[in-house]
Amino acid sequence: MALTIHDVEKIAQLANLRPAQGELTRLAAQMRAIVEYFDRLNELDTTDVPPMAHCTAVGDTALRPDVPHTPPGVEAALANAPEAAYGHFKVPRVI
Amino acid sequence: MNLLDFDIDRLHTALQARHCSAAEVCRAALATIEQRNPALNALLSILPDRALKQAADTDARLAAGAPLRPLEGVPIVIKDNQCLAGTRTTCASQMLANYMATYTATAVARLEAAGAVIVGKANLDEFAMGSSNENSAFGPVRHPLDPNRVPGGSSGGSAAAVAAGMCLAATGSDTGGSIRQPAAFCGVVGVKPTYGRVSRYGLVAFGSSLDQIGPLTRTVRDAARMLRVMAGYDEHDATSSLHAVPDYLAELSGDADTDLRGWRIGVAQEAFGAGLDPAVELAVRQALKTFEALGATLVEVSLPRLGYAIADYYIIATAEASANLARFDGVRYGYRAPDVTTVHDLYALSREQGFGPEVKRRILLGTYALSSGYYDAYYLKAQKVRTLLRRDFDRAFEQCDVLVTPTAPTPAFKLGEKTDDPLQMYLSDIYTVTLNLAGVPGMSLPCGKSGEGLPIGLQIVAPAFEESRMFRAGWALEHALLQ
Repeated sequence: MALTIHDVEKIAQLANLRPAQGELTRLAAQMRAIVEYFDRLNELDTTDVPPMAHCTAVGDTALRPDVPHTPPGVEAALANAPEAAYGHFKVPRVI
Repeated sequence: MNLLDFDIDRLHTALQARHCSAAEVCRAALATIEQRNPALNALLSILPDRALKQAADTDARLAAGAPLRPLEGVPIVIKDNQCLAGTRTTCASQMLANYMATYTATAVARLEAAGAVIVGKANLDEFAMGSSNENSAFGPVRHPLDPNRVPGGSSGGSAAAVAAGMCLAATGSDTGGSIRQPAAFCGVVGVKPTYGRVSRYGLVAFGSSLDQIGPLTRTVRDAARMLRVMAGYDEHDATSSLHAVPDYLAELSGDADTDLRGWRIGVAQEAFGAGLDPAVELAVRQALKTFEALGATLVEVSLPRLGYAIADYYIIATAEASANLARFDGVRYGYRAPDVTTVHDLYALSREQGFGPEVKRRILLGTYALSSGYYDAYYLKAQKVRTLLRRDFDRAFEQCDVLVTPTAPTPAFKLGEKTDDPLQMYLSDIYTVTLNLAGVPGMSLPCGKSGEGLPIGLQIVAPAFEESRMFRAGWALEHALLQ
């Protein structure tokens, strides 16, 4: 099923993006071509093939020791905030 | 003093003999940057004060009789998606144009602890998404040998900086070829380590199951030296490996180390198929003859599913990117859209205005592949095909010690040549993406030039955690090609 402009609008909403109306046609055409290219994977039989989410072998990595440490602190956390006040991030009214 | 006359070995010989000081080396790097960066746009930040202070520290150490650390006094450039505390880390995005890192990436901290002098931060494709460096929000990087051509991407600034003599080594990051392809285009050495070999702590995430930091250098020995310093377990990265790090450099010292008798070099016929530029094929086939002359045996192997790798990669990489880049919402750091009144507008408009076109395209593709109703058809299917691609490598390595392929199907292409067609751009990653999917290491090194004098790269692929093999074979070839 070919990707439509309506699909792109819906995906953009899920992705928290807001493309301009004028861009949707071009985006839909580009994404359609790419997704059609993705479809070639259907030529491969993957019955009984387990999915692979990462390349890390079991036992190859370690969890760090579970000991308390000092977090970077409020100042470092807010250092790059676009807006901050009273030791908090500032956002538009939510409720 | 011109850094292009040096590699790290030569620099250390000169420092040891007091033929030059670290400060002189640093000033030479900064002078080249001043001269060449305005046209090349390879660096986004230049750090003269910091660098000269580090160089002065080195000179003081040497004057006090301290032994040389592995990267003592070596001018180095860091890709601008890796954090260096107190400096900007932009990812070449408007989203992070003013982001000041509050901590340092582990790999970068290890370079500094080994004596490196960090002279600047390198331009890249925005969030490391691209194969030409044309996706930078701060303008494209130009190829050091031809200003009308791309340096490759996404670590194009790093590769161009090394090739232009702005530094002796650089860091890159490689999610689908972003170190190896620009290394090939610019005629330098580039290494994508085994997944887990180098900590990803402090690397701005793109595709978390694929990303690795690695070095770009002028020689294979320099790459081995850099990787030895950067690699190793880090408690800040749960995917960093406990595998011991061999002394890669010590394995490349004597004449015996260039002898490849008994080595089996795998050649996959699928890597020499349609779309491969004749000049690239010729250079790689000549290099294969050189391997034979060094005593190695060529073994024909098969990577039967290579033709599916790009589709597989772009599903997995975009899916992971769409999740990783969800953190940029205009709240905690990064760009915030002005004059918004609701929190939904804040998220959507900050992201729409802060990200460039390729990043948004990939976020959309990844969101689609992960969305309800399409997850099984795309993301889950791609994960299964990833297993098949990994099995292809496992099978190939039963028959050979390393594999050799071209790094990229063509030499450096022209600016603007592929920007209108994202799929065409993706297809140039055919030989590199498979390694990231399988988690195995690869190195690109120069093996010749095209008729127009553009560098051509050859890729050596090794099994997981067998970087030593890749360095041995690469060093032997480099040696032979210099003769």
